[in-house]
Amino acid sequence: MKSKSSTSARSAKKSTTKTGAQIIVDTLIEQGVDTMFGYTGGVVLPLFDRLYDAPINFVVPRHEQGGCHMADAYARASGKVGVVVATSGPGACNLVTGLATAMMDSVPLVALTGQVRTELIGNDAFQEADTTGITRPITKYNSIVKDVKDLARTLREAFYIASTGRPGPVLIDIPVDVAVNKCGSAGSVAMDLPGYKLRAKGHAKQISTAAQAINKSKRPVLYVGGGVIIANACEELRAMAEEAHLPVTTTLLGLGSYDQNKPESLDMLGMHGTAYANYAVQECDLLIAVGARFDDRVTGKLATFAPGAKIVHIDIDPSSISKNVHVDIPVVGDAKVILRELAGQVQYQERKVWFKKIAEWKKKFALRYDQDSATIKPQYVVEQICRLTKGEAIITTGVGQNQMWAAQFYKFTKPRQLISSGGLGTMGYGLPAAIGAQIARPDATVVDIDGDHSFNMTMTELATAVEHSLPIKVCILNNGYMGMVRQWQELFYGKRYSKSYLSNPDYATVARALGAVGITVDKTKDVPAAVKAMLKEKKPCVVDFRIEREENVWPMVAAGKSLSEMDGLDILESMA
Amino acid sequence: MKHIISALVENKPGVLAHVAGMFAARGFNIDSLVVGRTEDPKLSRMTLVVVGDDRVVEQVRKQLARIVPVVKVQDFAGQPVVARDLMLVTISAPPEKRPEITAMIDMFRAKVVDIGPKSLMAEVSGPESKIEAFVNVCKPYGIKSLARTGTIAMPRQTKTEV
Repeated sequence: MKSKSSTSARSAKKSTTKTGAQIIVDTLIEQGVDTMFGYTGGVVLPLFDRLYDAPINFVVPRHEQGGCHMADAYARASGKVGVVVATSGPGACNLVTGLATAMMDSVPLVALTGQVRTELIGNDAFQEADTTGITRPITKYNSIVKDVKDLARTLREAFYIASTGRPGPVLIDIPVDVAVNKCGSAGSVAMDLPGYKLRAKGHAKQISTAAQAINKSKRPVLYVGGGVIIANACEELRAMAEEAHLPVTTTLLGLGSYDQNKPESLDMLGMHGTAYANYAVQECDLLIAVGARFDDRVTGKLATFAPGAKIVHIDIDPSSISKNVHVDIPVVGDAKVILRELAGQVQYQERKVWFKKIAEWKKKFALRYDQDSATIKPQYVVEQICRLTKGEAIITTGVGQNQMWAAQFYKFTKPRQLISSGGLGTMGYGLPAAIGAQIARPDATVVDIDGDHSFNMTMTELATAVEHSLPIKVCILNNGYMGMVRQWQELFYGKRYSKSYLSNPDYATVARALGAVGITVDKTKDVPAAVKAMLKEKKPCVVDFRIEREENVWPMVAAGKSLSEMDGLDILESMA
Repeated sequence: MKHIISALVENKPGVLAHVAGMFAARGFNIDSLVVGRTEDPKLSRMTLVVVGDDRVVEQVRKQLARIVPVVKVQDFAGQPVVARDLMLVTISAPPEKRPEITAMIDMFRAKVVDIGPKSLMAEVSGPESKIEAFVNVCKPYGIKSLARTGTIAMPRQTKTEV
């Protein structure tokens, strides 16, 4: 008996002795990770060996930046934490753009990076970089684990920090010896974060003050940002907006939080927002911001932003409040909880005069473009994609004109439908984002509305899409320019198109070479058929739309101008 | 306006870099920054003197609190505090000048902590204004070298100076 019990005690002990790499994989599984993205390398070999037969769907990008964007879009599309792995030095450095993108847009992401052996750190070892130093300002939190005993706890903390409060990327740097070393037990697993406090409920008095202000307002505007989508609070938003009868405008990242087909929708505001949204903001007497951060692309000139308005700001991040614009009624907390509270306290007001004025603006300044053009208008392409996907596709974008046309002409109805790099404005985001989104939502139609130069930056990831047989669609609005840069050069630099065009490859041929389907369209009349063909494809499909080369995005609030000083309104009106 | 901000932070590598980096990245000016251990080995205290209007200082406070390993942030503006700097200063002091210099050191309730053939080192602590005044009276004798901490501060329990 005695010997038997000691044997079982020994085997129990043996089974809890794990390497750091095994602890990483076990903790990932414990955290519910079933999909991750990453690229191997010298110091992550022990981890990749443990991943060899782990029950995790692993996607290898062609470049770590692509992998980071994939994990980011996977998180945005699913609401889960995205996970990306890279090796030390160059691998970790290649995550930088992706981490900064996720940081600016508050995306829950955990990045695991390998590091050189603990005793080599600081010696300029092969493939050594100060990863935590480099990524500190572009992560919500980062940490290097120097003792295997701290590994399980630190990883749990990483997932918790990434996904709670205002989410963001967390990077954990793991020296190779920590991944190899054995830990007698699971190590310390209880989280120890004395400095990390969450405020979920809003202050009751602030909420009732906000409700009173809404009830008293004659000309209110609800200004909604991506925070509402992150908080899964879109249903609460709709309920509150309907209860109080409010017009709703959203930021780029807020698109999808509120059904754009509703008459109360003002669509997007800001630099390339609609004139009716911008006029409404400038003339409102109460601006209710929810999960938005008064970014300069939204406010235009701060001194003249919403000049007659009292401002209510609901946000989970106290540092967002009164950062750019003085807030009269701040409410810190979870948008879902606060909107639900507010909905119970607001009263329906007709606001006939205000809604009549809005309806007039909406009619007068509707987004329009030349419908009779023989050359393809990019807006027409986006409209056809919207029509033929019944407005239900997940749209990812590059950055620039393509992104703005996608935002203006696709009508979003559901949250997590638009996946776009808003804050950082990362060109090259669209294709890897489409891959991440398709993996997160295998049954959805995922369309990357991209620009030719955005696509150029990460098109190597088409090979990843082919390898994983992902039916993503890539629509390149190909004008042969860095279109938004060209637009600014046309308007502000006397049409001196300095370095804003490159010779592009034939994208359909490139697509075919990589094993995808390639289609080229150069006539307006062929657009619907091409979109239909694209939507039928089971393979990744690239459609190269040769669009009007010098089309501009209208309206436009030039940098530093007031929201009401929009250019291009005459152009919109002339096409009515 | 000058604000003294006190931040209790986790005693972990990278926290100082994070705080300093945040100030640089957001363009906040630090007048002084002092870091030291506390009675709890897991926590350190950072005392920062920041110059800015209320809006800037409010952002400083919020951005500090947002850093995960920062546990607690207090702005001492508007409340009675004891604020002290410490300075070591080596003054040129030939034998014939020494009585005069030591008398001055006594007046400031400072201390002589080292004497060399031609100079002496004084240690002085107190509010920033006293330190500045001491520097000014030392100047005519010749300051050979000087080292000073930034301000550390604690709120008072009583309303009057003890």
